[in-house]
Order: sequence, then C-alpha cells, then structure tokens
Amino acid sequence: MPDKVSVDGAAIEVRNLTKRYNDLLAVDDISFEVKSGEFFGFLGPNGAGKTTTVRMLTGVIKADSGSALVMRSRAGSLEAKQVTGVVPEMSNAYLDLSGWGNLMLMGELYSVPARKARERGCSLLQELGLLDRKNSLVREYSKGMRQRLILCMALISDPELLFLDEPNSGLDVQSARLIRKLLQKLNAAGKTIFLTTHDMDEANQLCDRVAIISGGRIAAIDAPQKLRLATSSMHSVEVSFADAVSADVLNGLPGVTQVAKLGDKYRLYTADPGDLVVSLVDRCCSCGLKIVSINTQAPSLEDAFVALVSKGGR
Amino acid sequence: MSRSTSVWRQTRRIWAIAKKDIRIYYSKGPVVIFGILFPVFLFLAFFIGRNLPLEFMMPGLLAMVVFFTATAISPAVAPWEAQARTLERLMSCPVTFSAIVLGDIMGSFVFGVTISLVLVVISLVIGIATLTQLPLLVLAVILAALCFSSLGLIFSAAPTSLPSTTMMLSSMVKFPLIFISGIFIPLTELPVWGQVVAYISPVTYFTDIARHCIQNTGHLAMGVDFIALVAFTVLFLLLAMKLHQKTMPRRI
Repeated sequence: MPDKVSVDGAAIEVRNLTKRYNDLLAVDDISFEVKSGEFFGFLGPNGAGKTTTVRMLTGVIKADSGSALVMRSRAGSLEAKQVTGVVPEMSNAYLDLSGWGNLMLMGELYSVPARKARERGCSLLQELGLLDRKNSLVREYSKGMRQRLILCMALISDPELLFLDEPNSGLDVQSARLIRKLLQKLNAAGKTIFLTTHDMDEANQLCDRVAIISGGRIAAIDAPQKLRLATSSMHSVEVSFADAVSADVLNGLPGVTQVAKLGDKYRLYTADPGDLVVSLVDRCCSCGLKIVSINTQAPSLEDAFVALVSKGGR
Repeated sequence: MSRSTSVWRQTRRIWAIAKKDIRIYYSKGPVVIFGILFPVFLFLAFFIGRNLPLEFMMPGLLAMVVFFTATAISPAVAPWEAQARTLERLMSCPVTFSAIVLGDIMGSFVFGVTISLVLVVISLVIGIATLTQLPLLVLAVILAALCFSSLGLIFSAAPTSLPSTTMMLSSMVKFPLIFISGIFIPLTELPVWGQVVAYISPVTYFTDIARHCIQNTGHLAMGVDFIALVAFTVLFLLLAMKLHQKTMPRRI
C-alpha cells in the first residue's frame, strides 16, 4: 500500500483491521473513521481489543490484515508517526532521566528544533504543574506527575493527532482533572484526539463520538447522547422508602425489566418510566409503603455500554 | 521529505537514542561489574605470579577490555526498556527499527571505545605501544568495539523483559570466546584444531592485530585480521537488525 493516500476530512481511516495472537482473535475485522478535529472515544471492557487497536494505529505492532490511514499516511509509517503524539497504556518515562531530560529526548526523536523544544517544554510543564520539578529525576515523581509528564512528552512535537490509551487510569482527581482540561483545550484548538477509556463519565464529558468495542468487534459508533437514547429499555425509576422493603414487592410491577438494589434505593428499569411511576405509587399506597424519594432517569452511557457489550460479547 | 533529509533525521535520532543510553545505563551495576571490573579481575587472576612480559599481557588485556565493555550494555538495553515500560513509547516515535537498534549499538560502542582508549593511552605512557603503531591500534579498537556491540545486541534478541536472562546468555557465549581467542595462549602455540576453533571467534582477529601492534608479532596477516573483523561486524549488524525487527513488538 502506498505511504501517502488522500482522504479528505478523515484523521484516521480504518478498514477491516484484524489482529490475531495465536488462537486469540484480538481485533476482528473492524472498520471506522475519525474526522479531523474530532474528540473520539474508544470504549470497551478489559481485553476487548482497545490497546491492540491503538498499537496498530501507532505502528507499534503490525496488523495481520486490513489497512489503516493516520493523517493520510499509512499507520506506522514515519510520516504518520511524525504528526502523531502518543500516550501509551502502562507506559513510563525514563526514571533515571529528569522530567526535562525526557522532554528534550522526545524533542530530539521528533526533530523539534532545540530552541522550540525548550520553549514548548517550559510552557507544557508550566501548564501541567511540573515546571518547578523539571530537574528532578522521574523516579522521584508521583504516578500523577509521571502521567502528566508523559502527556507533555506526547505534546512536545505539537502533533495534529493525539492517541491516549487510558491516560487517567488510577490517577488522583487533581491530575485527572488537569489532563481532561488540557485535552478539551487541545481539541478546541483543532487537534484530533483518540481516547481509549473505560470511564463512561470521562467519555460522556469529553467525546464527540464514541466507538464501543467488545470481543474485538465494534458494537456501536455514535455520539454518547444518541447511544444512550438508543437503549430506550434502559430508562429507570429510582425509588427509596422510609422502611426496608423486599424486592419481591417491586418485581411484579408492569413494564419492569429489571430491579436493582443500590444501597438504600431500588432502581427499576423500564421502557416507559411515566406509566411505571403511576403503578409504583399505586402499589405503595395499597401496601402501606412510604416513599421518601422517587426519580426518573434516562439511560446513562454506562447503561448503553453494558447493554451493547453484553449483546456483542462472545 | 527527501531521502537525504530522512536519512539525516534518522541519523540524529540514532545519536539521541545513544545519548539516552549513555546517560541511563553507564552507571548501572551490571554494566560496571561485567564491563570493567570483570575483565580486570580475570586478567589479574590469570597473569599475576606468572612472570610474563607486559608486552605479551597488554594485547590480551586490551582484547578483554574491548570485548567486555562493548558487550556490557547492548545485551541489556532492550530488556531493560521492556521492563521499565519505555519501549512502547520509543517504538511509537518516528524512528525506524534499525535506528533504535543502531542507537543501542552506538551507546555500547562509545562505552567500549572510551574505556579501551584509556588503556591504549596507558600503553603509550608506559612505553608498551608506540606512536607509529597508534593509528592501526585505534582503528582496530573502533572496529572491534562496533563488532562486539553488534554481537551484544544479538544476545538480547530473545523477546524477554528480564535483563538477567540476556546477561546470562551473553556470559555463556562470552566466556568460552575469551578462552579460544588467543588471549591467554597465543594462536601460534595452539594445536591445529585449537586454531580452527579460534577462527570462529571475532575476538581472535582483534587480539592478533593488538599483538602485531604491540609485540610486533602475529599469527595472521594484519590485512586478513581487518577483513575478518569487518566481515563479522557486517554480519552481526545485519543479524541484530533482522532479529530485533522481528522480536521487538513481542516485548511490549
């Protein structure tokens, strides 16, 4: 396949990408596109094929079949890597170098002119709250500081496209918030962002569109809001009572597909929450139960995710 | 991007990787122990009390120092990077597989050349080597360091993230080579079968050049020694690149 192919408007174009590890089909014939300037989420449970897909797109491993273009160049080519920043999953900076040493190394590997690398390095470290620790060895950094540094390393070349594989996994609230804020700012400035995560709130807050991958296959791709609405049967009514109530009382209510106990509350899943509220209140009156609070809820992205993953799981 | 720009960029990135190796790995315990202390102690253990002339001992010491220093870092870099989880970061940079391999070879090569040249300078100062022999000796040190660092990288081709595994593998090959390369017993004094075995070791050819330069005596013609060293270097370089290209993605 030629290294340069023109595809207007697409930052990433994946066609029938497949990767197998011995007997395990890690990624199974997936196809999707990410538009230029889009904040794209790639969601899936552990072992779904997220990291394998990112590794194929960033040129770390080769696909068995299919093709992928990254910024109009073949994924893994030097041209594609040159305009791409990567925050790999479980990656680390060099512990025996300082934060500054790591940044300048990345600058050299991306052929960023030394002066520009220094200016950009200072500005990134400042923005992510690491400037006063730039000369400390990375082994003295906390996990949050290391992850912020890795993001700085990915951004030193001012890439057009940023791949982030679970960047906020296990981070403290402050670091995660700082990283999210920077990602939003970068996306607003026109950068394309490809984020893999299993944090539904994060995907919901940040992404224009999300793809849900399960068992190596794409289960759905759409805007988070549309995915939520697509799972209409996942509407719910959340109710709490003054006294302890058995789930048996609620199980027979018309239209209820599932009853879940959440702490001192019950969540009743239904396709028609309005009717359920009426029948629930009637049931409580007839049984002498006192309702403390009652709320209707649209399906969350997490509900959509669970529904799609269980449908698409192998 | 033109081809010459691309080659120039890759060359600068090779040097960036080598500088990183120099800053990170030169002070690591196994590098200092296997690269510097070990050949010195092996030399002392063999030569002390045997009343051998310094002119005979120096080529052997130099061969051991070049061999051990140049192979001290290269077998361990790839597993160290895999263990520290820095390899994936490096592989996603716009750097070719060959550039990563050459960068690691370069880091090891600089270590081997620097330490060995200190010994060459000491030989000059104490009058064992002379200035007329110097250019050939330095050229041989440079060539041998490149050859041995490439060999070192072959040891780390197995896709393991345990530096101890590759260090053990490299020691299993390095020690027998030391004993068959004319360091402790000159090639001329070996039986024919011993000489045949010696020819399969690249260290033999460097030792022979060192004996030519320092003792004014050697077993093979110096031109043959140089050609053999060049041939081994090319073979090891190509093999290291080929093997790492295959196994590097399996480390992550």
